[in-house]
Amino acid sequence: MSHFIEFRNVSFRYREDQPWVLVNVSFTVQADEWLAIIGHNGSGKSTIAKLMNGLLLPQQGEIFVDGIAVNEESIWDIRKRVGMVFQNPDNQFVGTTVRDDVAFGMENHGLPRQLMLKRVQSSLAAVGMSDYQAHEPHRLSGGQKQRIAIASVLAVAPQLIILDEATAMLDPKGRLEIMETIRQVQETQDLSLITITHDLKEVIKADRVLVMNQGRTWLEGTPREVFAAKDALRDIGLDTPFVTKLAAELTAAGLTIQREPLNHQELLEELWTLHSKM
Amino acid sequence: MDITFKDVSYIYQPNTPFEHRALSNLSFHIRSGSFVAVIGHTGSGKSTLLQHLNGLLRPTAGEVDIGSYKISAEGKTKDIKSLREKAGVVFQYPEHQLFEETVEKDIGFGPLNFHVEQEEIKRRTQEAIEAVNLPEELLQRSPFDLSGGQMRRVAIAGVLAMEPEVLVLDEPTAGLDPRGQREIMDMFSALHKEKKLTTVLVTHSMEDALRYADHIIILKDGRKHMEGPPLEVLVRKEELEQVQLDVPEVIQFLSGVEEKLGYSISYHNQDIAQLAKELVAMVKGGR
Amino acid sequence: MSSSMIIGQYVPGNSVIHRLDPRTKIAIIFFFVLIVFFANSVMSYGLLTLFAAGSAISTKIPANYLIKGLLPVWFLIVFTFLLHLFVTKEGEVFFSFLSFEFYTGGLIQGLAISLRFFLLILVTSLLTLTTTPIEITDAIESMLGPLKKIRFPVHELALMMSISLRFIPTLMQETEKISKAQASRGVDFRTGPVKERIKAVVPLLVPLFVSAFKRAEELAMAMEARGYQGGEGRTKLRELHTGRLDIYAYFLFVLVIIGLFITRS
Repeated sequence: MSHFIEFRNVSFRYREDQPWVLVNVSFTVQADEWLAIIGHNGSGKSTIAKLMNGLLLPQQGEIFVDGIAVNEESIWDIRKRVGMVFQNPDNQFVGTTVRDDVAFGMENHGLPRQLMLKRVQSSLAAVGMSDYQAHEPHRLSGGQKQRIAIASVLAVAPQLIILDEATAMLDPKGRLEIMETIRQVQETQDLSLITITHDLKEVIKADRVLVMNQGRTWLEGTPREVFAAKDALRDIGLDTPFVTKLAAELTAAGLTIQREPLNHQELLEELWTLHSKM
Repeated sequence: MDITFKDVSYIYQPNTPFEHRALSNLSFHIRSGSFVAVIGHTGSGKSTLLQHLNGLLRPTAGEVDIGSYKISAEGKTKDIKSLREKAGVVFQYPEHQLFEETVEKDIGFGPLNFHVEQEEIKRRTQEAIEAVNLPEELLQRSPFDLSGGQMRRVAIAGVLAMEPEVLVLDEPTAGLDPRGQREIMDMFSALHKEKKLTTVLVTHSMEDALRYADHIIILKDGRKHMEGPPLEVLVRKEELEQVQLDVPEVIQFLSGVEEKLGYSISYHNQDIAQLAKELVAMVKGGR
Repeated sequence: MSSSMIIGQYVPGNSVIHRLDPRTKIAIIFFFVLIVFFANSVMSYGLLTLFAAGSAISTKIPANYLIKGLLPVWFLIVFTFLLHLFVTKEGEVFFSFLSFEFYTGGLIQGLAISLRFFLLILVTSLLTLTTTPIEITDAIESMLGPLKKIRFPVHELALMMSISLRFIPTLMQETEKISKAQASRGVDFRTGPVKERIKAVVPLLVPLFVSAFKRAEELAMAMEARGYQGGEGRTKLRELHTGRLDIYAYFLFVLVIIGLFITRS
């Protein structure tokens, strides 16, 4: 199994007189994998997303998507393979209606009209928005707009979807909608997924987590492995889940927790075992 | 200042096909000096409620009393301006309201509109920038050269410089990273105590409501769904679920402990370390 | 006030007129505007009025909605009529009141011109009432198509129009939000001397521009990420379709034109 995305010693800065935003970053993403990238604001995580589909090009190092090197010539090809959903629901809605917006990407890639008609239906169905075809964007909630953004990306049939803080501006209900949508999409389609987020509930569900700090890859591992490094995470300004914090305090207070817990259930099991041994 | 809503209703675009009732017979009382969290989903009427607190909207029916100010459908608008000086509102994404050439001028803009004297404005600007933890050097910079988090703080400082007695906060941490969120909320909490403010926080975060507020109002479709002290309101799982809200995580966990291990530990705002000690004592059978 | 004004507003529906190809509607209206000026007899005016009224009825938009919506324009029409009535001194005096004398020539000319005016406004508002702005944009793009040969940026123009349409409501909401935020900081948009009120616009406009630029930047990024690279090699989902209905419409309109030239005096 080859890597779907590969960063080889990538460094990037916006202008020559400015500091490096990314320094010598290397990592890979497998096909069908869900990778979460976390880091506080300014750690370089959004820059990574923009490098992956050629919205930015690195000054040093190389990036490969599906075996193709990302450069000026290949970007249009790359963008068919890598879809992106951004933070602000309003500023990525191009069409005057839902239907038009879903078609926008396909139109850009020159897909035949018959295929577009089919894919508008299927991708709206995939995000549960089939009844909203003729809706105008200002009649939709933030969460609904983001679902349309996901549908628009799905319609182009990419192999990777990047959600760049796509839930940051939504209320809890909107976030839930998006998480549910993503879960369904991941289940039904062969896709890699990269979520850039502050939301710990999203991070826990990922297969693997990449922690960025000051433009460098700081830690890489499963959510369990990453959250085990809680003190260090806190030092670089990141939050950890409630159970992680509690487990740490329990350890400090003299209990031996066998396995780093990720949810209430796991921590309760640990406590139960300890309790029955007493 | 005490805030009282008496049977307040608000209707948008009345007598048109777009007529929409945002608040229905809403009544509640907020004691001077309390920290109130208003919770509800988008469309529950909380942003309409908030706009009544400084007279941006007048109730269609009923009356809003804020200190000695009375706002009703018929009332005159004469003293609305002085109400706005006393009730400062930090809107969602407040950095969108910045417009001056320098941070200093922007922070001083509110006081200037309320005819505060230059010397006093200068003093307040200094105090406000300190309160939001920004270095004084930023005062001469353009607000548009700052980072997103700094812009947010400048905008907040602009409201603080009006020296309001009531502080209304509409999701003041939206879009910030976790560290930024905590810093901003801790700052408001400290200000609330230090300046003896009456604070109204509109939020989605049950955790923040539990941690900072001493009184909770939960709205549903423009009506009051629940009201009371946090430890009474935020534990009622079924009622919260009716408005698709969750019980705060720590309380959820404690009820898990009770179910699984049969011990009940009450939550009284203890921090995680203290909670851990109580759990350890329980597990070791010390009680 | 603004909500009762119907010029430029779209009323959803599925009438014959709604279903016409927007290009057909634009073409017919264009020529209608021209031929209105050829009418010069009772019969010819009658014919054009019949055509316009017939079109209006077939939109199935309630008549009182149309009449109320054109209310602000009625004033102009009546004013035009009175102007001609008072100023034109041709034909015989048919009525005199105090020192005013009214001439038949003035009456006839006043009626004719205000009828013309009314017909023009009615027919053009039928276009916007039955056609979404985006359909009009599509029609313009298609009708200006030949200009691409002389490198006129037809596609870009159409895209600009459609994005503007898309963002108008968003910017309206934003304006409201910012003006509320500034009002909370003591800005008074409503009362006070004119000079002060003009000054009060600055705290509103600067943030609006800043945000519009930011939106534009992010939108451009999002469009690029979705593979936008200009009109070249692009396909379209929205399709304009000239069908049998349009042929009937053109045929009917040609009959009207022929009728007009027969009934002219």
